[in-house]
Amino acid sequence: MTIPEKAPRMQSTKPSLGAVLTGVIVLLIYAAVFLLEQIVPPTSMLFTVLKKGATYALVAVSMNLLNGFTGLFSLGQAGFMLIGAYTYAILTIPAESRAVVYQYYDGGLIQFALSVIPALILAGLMAAAFAFLIGLPVLRLKSDYLAIATLGFAEIIRSIFQWDKLGAITNGSNMLRLFPTFNDFNLKNAQGEVTLYLSTTIPFLIAGVCIGLIVLLLHSSYGRAFMSIRDDEIAAEAMGINLARHKQQAFCISSFFAGVGGAMLAMYQNSVQAKSFTSAMTYEILLIVVIGGIGSVTGSCLSSFLFVACSEWWLRFLDQKQMIGTWEVPLLRNGFRLVVFSIIIMIVVLFFRQGIMGTRELPDLFRKQTEKAQKGGAVK
Amino acid sequence: MSTVLPYLLSGISVGGQYALIAIGYTMVYGILRLINFAHGDVFMVAGILMVYISASGLPLYVSIPLVLVLTALIGFVIERVAYKPLRTAPRMSIMISAIGVSYTLQNLVLYITGGLNQYYPSIPFISESVTIGTATTKMVTIVTPILTLILVVALVLLINHTKIGMAMRAVSKDFETSQLMGIKINSVISITFVIGSFLAGVGSILYFTNYTTVIQTSGSMPGLKAFIAAVFGGIGSIPGAVVGAFIIGICENLIKGLDVILIKSGVTKQMLGLTTFSDAFTFALLIIILIVKPTGLFGEKTTDKV
Amino acid sequence: MKRFLAILLAALMMIPAFAMAEGVVKIGVFEPASGDSGAGGKQEMLGMQYANTVQPTVEIGGETYKVELVYADNGSSTDKAPSAAQQLVSEGVSVVLGSYGSGVSIAGSQYFADAGIPAIGVTCTNPQVTASNSHYFRICFLDPFQGTVLANYAFKELGARTAYCLAELGNDYDVGLCHYFQQAFEAMGGMVISDTFPTGNSDFTSYLSNATAIGAEVFFCPVSIAYSSQIISQAAGQNVSYPILGSDTLDNNKVAEAAKGTNVKVIITTFYQEGGSPEFDEGFKAWLNSDSEYLTNNGGNDMISAVSVMGYDAYFTALEALKAAGSPDSKAVLAALPSVKLTGVTGEIAFDETGDAIRDSAYIKSVNTETGAWDFVAVQTVE
Repeated sequence: MTIPEKAPRMQSTKPSLGAVLTGVIVLLIYAAVFLLEQIVPPTSMLFTVLKKGATYALVAVSMNLLNGFTGLFSLGQAGFMLIGAYTYAILTIPAESRAVVYQYYDGGLIQFALSVIPALILAGLMAAAFAFLIGLPVLRLKSDYLAIATLGFAEIIRSIFQWDKLGAITNGSNMLRLFPTFNDFNLKNAQGEVTLYLSTTIPFLIAGVCIGLIVLLLHSSYGRAFMSIRDDEIAAEAMGINLARHKQQAFCISSFFAGVGGAMLAMYQNSVQAKSFTSAMTYEILLIVVIGGIGSVTGSCLSSFLFVACSEWWLRFLDQKQMIGTWEVPLLRNGFRLVVFSIIIMIVVLFFRQGIMGTRELPDLFRKQTEKAQKGGAVK
Repeated sequence: MSTVLPYLLSGISVGGQYALIAIGYTMVYGILRLINFAHGDVFMVAGILMVYISASGLPLYVSIPLVLVLTALIGFVIERVAYKPLRTAPRMSIMISAIGVSYTLQNLVLYITGGLNQYYPSIPFISESVTIGTATTKMVTIVTPILTLILVVALVLLINHTKIGMAMRAVSKDFETSQLMGIKINSVISITFVIGSFLAGVGSILYFTNYTTVIQTSGSMPGLKAFIAAVFGGIGSIPGAVVGAFIIGICENLIKGLDVILIKSGVTKQMLGLTTFSDAFTFALLIIILIVKPTGLFGEKTTDKV
Repeated sequence: MKRFLAILLAALMMIPAFAMAEGVVKIGVFEPASGDSGAGGKQEMLGMQYANTVQPTVEIGGETYKVELVYADNGSSTDKAPSAAQQLVSEGVSVVLGSYGSGVSIAGSQYFADAGIPAIGVTCTNPQVTASNSHYFRICFLDPFQGTVLANYAFKELGARTAYCLAELGNDYDVGLCHYFQQAFEAMGGMVISDTFPTGNSDFTSYLSNATAIGAEVFFCPVSIAYSSQIISQAAGQNVSYPILGSDTLDNNKVAEAAKGTNVKVIITTFYQEGGSPEFDEGFKAWLNSDSEYLTNNGGNDMISAVSVMGYDAYFTALEALKAAGSPDSKAVLAALPSVKLTGVTGEIAFDETGDAIRDSAYIKSVNTETGAWDFVAVQTVE
């Protein structure tokens, strides 16, 4: 993995052209999402992709923070998402719906409901708290041992949440539902007709704020410490970086955002169940990170949308019989989409190890062009 | 004892099957320092191959060897296609490639089978019932540990007393130096993968004879557990992997029966739902061993080089 | 940058044109074609496909429409169900049929509700599917009923006093049915021990040992086909003494096959018994045998599974609703559905105020271990 020299850029105080353009693009994207939502019928698959994409983007960036920027190979993401999703769901189910949801547990123990934003924050905090406890023993482990230990913890978390004896809180292994979802963000009039569609814009805002915070963190002294740990642990320690503490911080922060992402996933799915948070989910997110480029926030965001769009929408036709005239296209049937998908992933993993973005970010793309224009004048 | 006996029998049987998979993990890790996440899926593919080959009408004495040869070949191809090009890449890249291979194998099988459970052909003799004491079980339960031990002894002999075995030991001790000493690294690695996959193939025949359906995800859990067995026993150590596998197999089945054992012995009155933790316990065991004795029960001490 | 713009542009261009083709009415098929319930889902779809060949058109408001079935695979899992549901919604279907399995139906439900599309559950028996909503209907009986029928049968006919219940962890269908079975069985004075196994488990020997150890006289496992056939074959290996009791999911030829040639007694409840309508049986079998793919999807032979018949009836229920609505618009269908009545192959179909079928009988059958076919035992009703 080649690491470009980032330090000079981060120290400049004046916002560069790249940063300004990036801001403009981000604003344009938000404006476009908002407008599309008002114009295109809400049943379009476009919104499925945008909502799920925004959720996955946040989770992928949080994983990238750990795997790409701190060099800690963790495979526990699904477990932290589960904690977030459950915390959110348990805290926001309206009191009057609890009897239906907790049908085998007499309506459950908790008989109040929080509003969405505090629940989202608590979801993150809960995941971070678990991460803190798990981090104490496992962060001492190296690379693949860390990976397998975090994977193990994710499985243990799943079992705990499914345990029948905790059913009064977690509803055992049964589904949690009827909590506020993305569609509840739509503004409605007294007749229940939607007056302003916000069910895609708000998830974008939540994910955007979280990813923005991660980017700010990466550009702070903490972020530089994380990256130095990734590049050379021993050198970092020699420079006075407290390895244990910084690893613990990165682990908790990443889990916080994974927890928020999990809560968003619950909102997207309308229902949540522990058994779907398997290691396969973690692998999927890891593959998104790899396709986007390990160590690039922009890459993770881009590849999340691409990944979701391909798997939910654009490649769906591969799963159905297609006729061109009278000729039936061979091979197309249920599952072919996933075969094509995995082959693309293998090609990326083997031949384009940098992914879409490598370690570059959106501003770096403009930098190249301005550099070319000024013949390298911008480089200090 | 008579209460516990059936669980022990199930545990020994499944432990033997885990052991055969675990050997593949431990050998590959010993040489490449790679967790071959796709190994569990190779095991699953061996099961699918058997389903399709026996459906084509070939007699068992042809289909069983054919399945084993094909499985070994798959292991060889996976190494050449997905791991060899990344030999100089960071360890994380190879591991991601392994996850990618696992994803690909699962999706290929999903496509071919249509995502439906496939029914494993019943193999005479080992499918028959047999009664031991108070417990009745399939013959395969008894055959598995015996066959596992025979194969492990053969493998240990191969590693300790043949030229290729010596080469393997050299490569796992020091990758680069052994290359300098004229050992053909690539063929040693290929042979490791072939042996590992072959044993996974044997394991799959025993496993699926007992648990008769195969689906694309059938390999993931046994694969993970076998890997944990390998870590538990001390990764790189073949006897360690086998001991670890038996311990995990037995513990897992005891936990499935723990509620009932507790009720029978009068400790509790009602079910505690502890079976929920039958998988989680294996992982807990892994984490404990990693923290207390990271090299496992029989592992050698390794030092990190700066 | 160019790459970025290209991606954005591509995304915008893919927004589908929103138009409903003239003369075609779309019925969404929300069924699992893969995963643990895939085999059952495929059989249910076969019934709908057959119904579609029997009656490919429908008269709506004086105009003849061609009926097109639109499939979405919910993968038997609650996390894949949302995108499958959304796929159907984006295709603009008028009404949805399905699903096999209650958990996926509940997980997909809200998406149909948000789009104002009615759904007709075919064999999802958990009460939660139709409870507290106005768009989900179903043509099958419910778990409180089925659980009670099974408990009655176990207690009275089999004379069992201790029952062992096994459910898949986190499967709403299994957990619900075990719950109602336990309620009914304990109310009669029996004892129930409940256990669960994790998804993807294939080693059931210890669970069977559990049942033996507590002296169970009946082993109740209302689980997916894949698990139940394993339980039966492992039970045969252990030579268990107790009968295995199952629900409508076990009504499948693979289950019967697993029990064939063993001495395991398998008893189930279901919606239909072959021979109930000779005319249907004959037509359906001829259709199955006309294509090897249909036969494969049916599990390799032409044995009729009750879920196929239910799928057939669900299709005609949807057609009735479309006729009554007088328009292919989903909102009109939703308004027309509560009052739909018809005589299906499985009996009279009508809905009560929650949208549940008014059904008061279940068929009980058992596997003939010599022939590997289902034998009719009794029709059970509960007061």
